[in-house]
Amino acid sequence: MLRNKAIIAGAADSDIGKLPEMSGLALNAQAAKRALDDAGMTLADVDGLLTAYSLTEPYFMLGTVLAEHLGIAPRYCASLVVGGGTPGAALHHAAMAVATGQAEVVLVTAGENRATGQSRDAAVQALTQVGHPYFETPYGPLVPAFYAMVARRYMHEYGTTREEMAHVAVRARDHAVRHPASPMTDRLDVETVLASKPIAEPLSMLDCCLISDAAGAFVVTTPDRAADLFHPPAWLWGIGESHTHEHITLAPSLTETGALRSGRDAYAMAGITPADVDFAELYDCFTIVPIIEAEELGLAERGAGGELFASGETAIEGRLPVNTHGGLLSYAQAGASGGLHGIVEAVRQLRGAQGERQVENHDIALVHNEGGVLSSHCTMVLGREKR
Amino acid sequence: MEPWPDIPGPDVNADAAPYWAAAAEGRLVIQKCADCGTFRFYPRHLCPGCGGDAAAWTEVSGRGAVHSFTVVHRAPTPAFRALAPYVIALIDLDEGPRMMANLLGADALETAIGDPVGVVFQERAGGVRVPQFVRRSG
Ligand SMILES: [Zn+2]
Repeated sequence: MLRNKAIIAGAADSDIGKLPEMSGLALNAQAAKRALDDAGMTLADVDGLLTAYSLTEPYFMLGTVLAEHLGIAPRYCASLVVGGGTPGAALHHAAMAVATGQAEVVLVTAGENRATGQSRDAAVQALTQVGHPYFETPYGPLVPAFYAMVARRYMHEYGTTREEMAHVAVRARDHAVRHPASPMTDRLDVETVLASKPIAEPLSMLDCCLISDAAGAFVVTTPDRAADLFHPPAWLWGIGESHTHEHITLAPSLTETGALRSGRDAYAMAGITPADVDFAELYDCFTIVPIIEAEELGLAERGAGGELFASGETAIEGRLPVNTHGGLLSYAQAGASGGLHGIVEAVRQLRGAQGERQVENHDIALVHNEGGVLSSHCTMVLGREKR
Repeated sequence: MEPWPDIPGPDVNADAAPYWAAAAEGRLVIQKCADCGTFRFYPRHLCPGCGGDAAAWTEVSGRGAVHSFTVVHRAPTPAFRALAPYVIALIDLDEGPRMMANLLGADALETAIGDPVGVVFQERAGGVRVPQFVRRSG
């Protein structure tokens, strides 16, 4: 039981966008320094380090490589690889580490120079790695093709429409343009999303997330440090994971995912119900994904997720703001960084004072990370105060 | 069925060697658990139904239905780019397992979920044969 056993003391993003002057490690280091500054700590305080993976830089032991790059010698250190689910899983591991005394201050980072760190064709090659090398890759898929088959099946079973999916992209962009660090500054409309270039039907270009140079970082520590921080911490109320498959061919279902279980576990640990959530930072690698997540995490009835986004209720001014920073669709996605930006945003929103993108009710945040092809899920409930 | 001579054949790992050897002869074979009879695909050492480690490669009907599909416009390699738009589908075999394949044939772009399909064997670079599917009427 991890409720109230760990806090996020600081959180930050690196610069984001197209940053050819920075390596992937430098982006992680920049985010780490900013997160520690945010917490009122320094690298000397860090005795645990968790990071993700890189498809752009040829490092094998990325956890220890990053420790070396930062000039620290942690007693707890690893690189985790569950795709986009990695930041949430890393929070889970970090919370377990501080709760059991294996570390006192765990720094978590994720990200890479995904936009400029490789040639266009190399980027495409890397994207195919999530496919099964022997039984999927021979048929010519890229990642969007896998999610396109999910979207097609979901539309078939529940009547979700391309227009509803387009609303997810429009809303994300509307939020991103209010973020001072957003690389996307122009609003979108549904017609533009629908008319964008087809990638893998029914997904078009603007149904797909950005490819960015970016990293994010947060600092996990024990609640007894809460009073010493620069800012009020975010309290970990609940967290759950579920890993049902890696390759979409072997997914138990294209329309029921591990989010059901990870969400149930996170809510149970937090002792709340979906109706208690003030705002949510969902994983939106493709527009269909947050629709499914909203339903499975209890924010909408099954089949009503598309309508939730189309209705305007997920706007920052709405009943249930979703992806208040713009998400992977319109803020940043650099490998495992995508979900970490959602955690950073949740920490900031819980504190308040985020200017024109601040949500009104900001006591309880729901964050969901997802990796692979709906393969690895982590749901987090964060609170502004101790639960 | 239409060959794709510019697309490489699959890498063959040890688990799957009998699968590709059978494909070369125009046969679709799937592992069937010797203990509980469950078919499994892709090839694995243990049965997902009972955990048993004995299996027999068993020829299957090659008939199934489209569970979902996509028409790919953005392809991963220049050779696939030359074939776009092409169809990738998840096929539910009549015997139970699900597999990924391309749908071939002049009517592939008109595919719908639930369409009945049948296996064909497509020649790729180096003469390697790969199980693929076509829609069948009725
Ligand atoms: Zn068995």
